[in-house]
Amino acid sequence: MAIQVKVLERPIRQTSYVRAMLKGMAITFKHLTNPHKVTWQYPEQKWDLSPRWRGTHRMLTDENGKAKCVACGLCPQICPANCIKLVPGEDEEGNRYPLVYEIDEFRCIFCGYCQEVCPEEAIHVGRHYENSEYSRAGFVYDLERLMAQTHPVCEMWDPADPRGE
Amino acid sequence: MNTYAALMLFQHAYDPQAPVHGAPWLWFSIIKILVVFTVLMVTIAYLTLAERKISAWIQDRHGPNRVGPRGLAQPLADGLKNIMKEETYPSAAYSPLFILAPVMSFIPALITFAVIPFAAPLPTPWGLVDMSIADLPVGFLYILAIASLGVYGIVLAGWSSNNKYALLGGLRSSAQMVSYEVSMGLAVVAVLLLSGNVSLSSIVASQVATGWYFFPLLIGFFLFLVAAFAETNRLPFDLPEAESELIAGYHTEYSSMKFSMFFIAEYSNMTTASARLTTLFFGGWAVPFWTTVDTAPWHWWKTVITLVCFMIKTGFFLFLYMWIRWTLPRFRYDQLMSVGWKVMLPIALCYLVVMAGAILALDAAGVAPSARFGDFVPTYWAILGVLNIVLAVLVFVVLDRGRLVSPASARVGPSELAELRAMATRGPAPAQGD
Repeated sequence: MAIQVKVLERPIRQTSYVRAMLKGMAITFKHLTNPHKVTWQYPEQKWDLSPRWRGTHRMLTDENGKAKCVACGLCPQICPANCIKLVPGEDEEGNRYPLVYEIDEFRCIFCGYCQEVCPEEAIHVGRHYENSEYSRAGFVYDLERLMAQTHPVCEMWDPADPRGE
Repeated sequence: MNTYAALMLFQHAYDPQAPVHGAPWLWFSIIKILVVFTVLMVTIAYLTLAERKISAWIQDRHGPNRVGPRGLAQPLADGLKNIMKEETYPSAAYSPLFILAPVMSFIPALITFAVIPFAAPLPTPWGLVDMSIADLPVGFLYILAIASLGVYGIVLAGWSSNNKYALLGGLRSSAQMVSYEVSMGLAVVAVLLLSGNVSLSSIVASQVATGWYFFPLLIGFFLFLVAAFAETNRLPFDLPEAESELIAGYHTEYSSMKFSMFFIAEYSNMTTASARLTTLFFGGWAVPFWTTVDTAPWHWWKTVITLVCFMIKTGFFLFLYMWIRWTLPRFRYDQLMSVGWKVMLPIALCYLVVMAGAILALDAAGVAPSARFGDFVPTYWAILGVLNIVLAVLVFVVLDRGRLVSPASARVGPSELAELRAMATRGPAPAQGD
């Protein structure tokens, strides 16, 4: 005999089926008529992102429409995921600029170190999360694409205002 | 003048208030079959949407709202998806029955609707057209017979799939149907005692004359309701499909349109069961407190109003089905059997004896079924109703003592409890054969 079950002596109101059933039906009916629904209607209704949200990268440009990047190589150096590919170039006046600047958004862990380390405030992580592509190759963002992004950029953690107020 | 004479002849030959006969009867029957089938299929399609919407609302969600305005085209998308999906034929399945099974569950579910009167008769130039496809003189027996056939589809599906879960689902279904059919049949005998006829149209007519049966047959109504839930395999009696234990049970191996057939069968069973509840206990198409509409002479607007009334009542029971589905958990198998055989059957038997006695006593006392107390309340109806309320209170007080459904936490006597506790302190019992 497999009687190793803990048997509790319960009052009638706990073992009654009919009363529990009616109570349950009252609860479900209350929810049925409740106009407050918890689902977010996603494409129409979006989450408010934190100002410190670290999402899709963005390369800022100067007043001439050129990338601010001077190809110093700090961001590929600090990147823990090794997702930034930078080939520096130099023009005839000796100004350095990136010949190739690619970020693999799939490899990126969105730590935001690239933005923190950038001396020119060129590369930023942004307040944006909707990146979908038909192929994996589409997630390698080149310089042109990084410059074309328009979303607001991340405000990094400020020691003077640790709570982001 | 000639036309007028022809018209008079025509009028003479076809009285709008006399039942239609001859060739027009055939044509009207065909039209009714087509219309009822179409309306039923559309209703079923939209019931799937209603089910999803109601479940969503009960769970504080929105439900499908992407296809069409407010999700109203969802059934079309679902249907299209089901037709486009790949048909799978498991190699181990026994193909002839595997293919036959969805048909076997689909057809009985649909043809049950044939005898249900869904509106007041419609007078046409060719005579009075009954608003039921076939008003069989043995209407109710036909329903009981066809409803029992539905189990074959499920059992055959379970067996021919050659899958242990499907087989278990089929077995459960057959056990369940057999258990609950008994009390369903007995619960309905009381209706037949009151109406004195098994034809559904005369059951409706006698409810119009003497008041609806849900009140004088309150317990019978509850028994029938519970049995109807069990017969349609809806929660809390959905053991045959039991997603969590049997992975959808008997239709595990089915895909595409064959799966869809089981789905349609389930929903048309629900519709028919709701229509049956309406017809037997809630006056069918009768409009409450408006006898003009419910009685001859018939007129087309009476047909329309009664049709709407029938739809509202049936719709209420369909809603009840969904409401209960999204409230109650599934019974355990032993609970199912104990409710069926140890609760429902004895109650149905005793109830039948009590009601037969009460009706006999009322007839002996000379109370006419159509007599009205104070020109409004039907005496017969009220007396039986009060009797039923007393019985219902007794049944629920006696049975609702933790024993109605054998619970996981049984109420045990003090001596048994002491024994159990002693066992528990001794540690695990030695295995058999030690």
